Amino acid sequence: MAKTPAKKSAPKKASVSEDLSRANRERPAEPVPYKATKEELLKFYRDMLLIRRFEEKAGQLYGLGLIGGFCHLYIGQEAVAIGLQSALTPGKDSVITGYRDHGHMLAYGIDPNIIMAELTGRAAGISRGKGGSMHMFSTEHKFYGGHGIVGAQVSLGAGLAFGHKYSGDGGVCLAYFGDGAANQGQVYESFNMAELWKLPIIFVIENNQYAMGTSVNRASSEDQLYRRGESFRIPGIQVDGMDVLAVRGAAEVALDWVRGGNGPVLLEMKTYRYRGHSMSDPAKYRSRDEVQSVRDNSDPIEGCKAYLAEMGVGEDELKALEKEIRTIVNESADFAESSPEPELNELYTDVLVEQY
Amino acid sequence: MAIELKMPALSPTMEEGTLAKWLVKEGDSVKSGDILAEIETDKATMEFEAVDEGVISSITVPEGTDGVKVGTVIALIAGDGEAAAPPPPPPPAAAPVAAAPAEAPAAAVAAPVAVVAKADPAVPEGTAMISLTLREALRDAMAEEMRRDDRVFVMGEEVAEYQGAYKVTQGLLAEFGARRVIDTPITEYGFAGIGTGAAMGGLRPVIEFMTFNFAMQAIDHIINSAAKTNYMSGGQMRCPIVFRGPNGAAARVGAQHSQNYAPWYASVPGLIVISPYDAADAKGLLKAAIRCEDPVVFLENELLYGRTFDIPDLDDHVLPIGKARVMREGTDVTVVSYSIGVGMSLEAAEKLAGEGISVEVIDLRTIRPLDKATILASLAKTNRLVIAEEGWPVCSVGSEVIAICMEDGFDDLDAPVIRVTNEDVPMPYAANLEKAALVNADKIAAGVRKVLGR
Repeated sequence: MAKTPAKKSAPKKASVSEDLSRANRERPAEPVPYKATKEELLKFYRDMLLIRRFEEKAGQLYGLGLIGGFCHLYIGQEAVAIGLQSALTPGKDSVITGYRDHGHMLAYGIDPNIIMAELTGRAAGISRGKGGSMHMFSTEHKFYGGHGIVGAQVSLGAGLAFGHKYSGDGGVCLAYFGDGAANQGQVYESFNMAELWKLPIIFVIENNQYAMGTSVNRASSEDQLYRRGESFRIPGIQVDGMDVLAVRGAAEVALDWVRGGNGPVLLEMKTYRYRGHSMSDPAKYRSRDEVQSVRDNSDPIEGCKAYLAEMGVGEDELKALEKEIRTIVNESADFAESSPEPELNELYTDVLVEQY
Repeated sequence: MAIELKMPALSPTMEEGTLAKWLVKEGDSVKSGDILAEIETDKATMEFEAVDEGVISSITVPEGTDGVKVGTVIALIAGDGEAAAPPPPPPPAAAPVAAAPAEAPAAAVAAPVAVVAKADPAVPEGTAMISLTLREALRDAMAEEMRRDDRVFVMGEEVAEYQGAYKVTQGLLAEFGARRVIDTPITEYGFAGIGTGAAMGGLRPVIEFMTFNFAMQAIDHIINSAAKTNYMSGGQMRCPIVFRGPNGAAARVGAQHSQNYAPWYASVPGLIVISPYDAADAKGLLKAAIRCEDPVVFLENELLYGRTFDIPDLDDHVLPIGKARVMREGTDVTVVSYSIGVGMSLEAAEKLAGEGISVEVIDLRTIRPLDKATILASLAKTNRLVIAEEGWPVCSVGSEVIAICMEDGFDDLDAPVIRVTNEDVPMPYAANLEKAALVNADKIAAGVRKVLGR
């Protein structure tokens, strides 16, 4: 029997469970929803909508055979990347994630054309067509990928955080991983060293409820994943990952904690992916009703729209925004389809940096 | 009957040590567990405990004696009912006693042989040489690079306070502090990933594995994270990291601790794989590896750590990666090897010279990229080739060298190329079986005779 249907288990506001808040050690403050200005909220809305429409278009291009291999869409999880990354200091803080990485790239404002061109394997792609959907990087933005081995980004992220501390550059690393990766051994090796050495890192579990086709409660003996760092003394906070203001509010608290030299913090983002694990997943492990129910009741973009309505933003303004986004996404698809494939000699470039 | 106390073997590879200090004197009563003496190995100072009860009737090796062979009688204990005095006539101090088979260190199979290697053309002629152990050469390489570049740090198990499980990082903590010399928990996968991430972020990590056998837990980061990143990112994201530690068989440590990973890593595009033989190459190539923009797997050998070699007395001895070295010139047959196999090959060449066979010995030094030109030039000269490798034969570096000879040197071959390697079995523990499993100079010499049809 399923323990907790996705929708009901998503808390209405960020909260630390009572037993842990009573723990006899210092903890980060209880997060409160972020108080966004109208401009900020409009930007959150626009950025989430860009991810949504971009991913829908990517799904379409996959169906047309223009995108190959594995393609993992971020639809449904938009509030996590936008809420968290909007709180970072550009050029200082670093980000690393797994293979479901398109949304995190777009959250940086990286040109959608070169992201879509990477998905179609073209020379103009951000990895020159040699990485694909799962392997995109932007060192300029301190975005370090784009990793295909489940959980690897957690150790690598701890390494980036080690670098921040070693260099004394004041940066914080945001390392995303899923509920599936949360069961990998190296995650706990990294938790241990990150806390031992007080590394400036925010571990973010994007708990979208399913590790490929296995639900959290079929794979995790402790399914309240925010508790997973507690035995390493890493405080954990469970957050409604479908609410961009709740996410941003948690980001503020987490950044304060980490920047204060307290070592790592773990954020569990309760979220949901509407699509299958990858494009080739028929998603038979859950009911259509379950997905529809989340869409109807917890959609992050609809939720943000409701906040905007409260602030007096009219339908017309949002429609104009929607139109603008569709144009950007359509242009990226045209660009990705029409730009040339890599030259054949690119096969042999970038294997090594130096000549021997 | 007096009980003989013999110089103990305090590590799998120890052959001799220094009797630093006696903590008992003649006439003292001792019981099981009492500390009798302090013994210095090349790695550490160890305490030597009594096992038997009795009275020390004679100390036969005085404190401060260097080079006491394992198995030498160092003191006598008078047993029950036996007078403590007069002591039996002492054997000559530090005289090596013919060790019983049970006490013979298996390391003896890899005993150094006095063979003089040809000068390295990469070192300027007339350079003064100093004598250094390979262990010290590696340490100096790291220390010099750490002085030169603040981004360089050393991380691994027991690298700091313990001074290195094999004492390769001795003194680094004292000079560079805990920020740059970092002890990790026993979590190879995790700290290999942390090192790789730190390299991606712009640092220059040197990650020590206590042995490469343990790096199998971390091989995902070495290959999937470090080696492939530059390519996957279209040249955007580099990973300048060195993974180093002992590789290959040590002595009597069994199957899980005795494996040569050179062929594994050498098969991966995106990695540099270096496996030096002598101290000069170890130093010059480790410095090059630390400066290299690409990820490097640097495979050392525990049995070579304590060996002393000549090393150029230069301020900045850096060698080129990807260049093999002709260690001994010859005309009849070429023996290609790397790491500890080079010493065995030189020993075989010396023996064969006595039979009128002129052997050219090539040390590959870098396994990836492989210096094909040096192999093929030597083959063109001798027309016969043997590859000697301390590792398994199947899908080995030897297999690759044979492929190169077939593809690019076929017209120069007067005989099939022969692989002389370890036996194709997990490493056994029993001394005689281990000896039989390992490559050695005699087996290499037999291989050379075979390609010559003798």
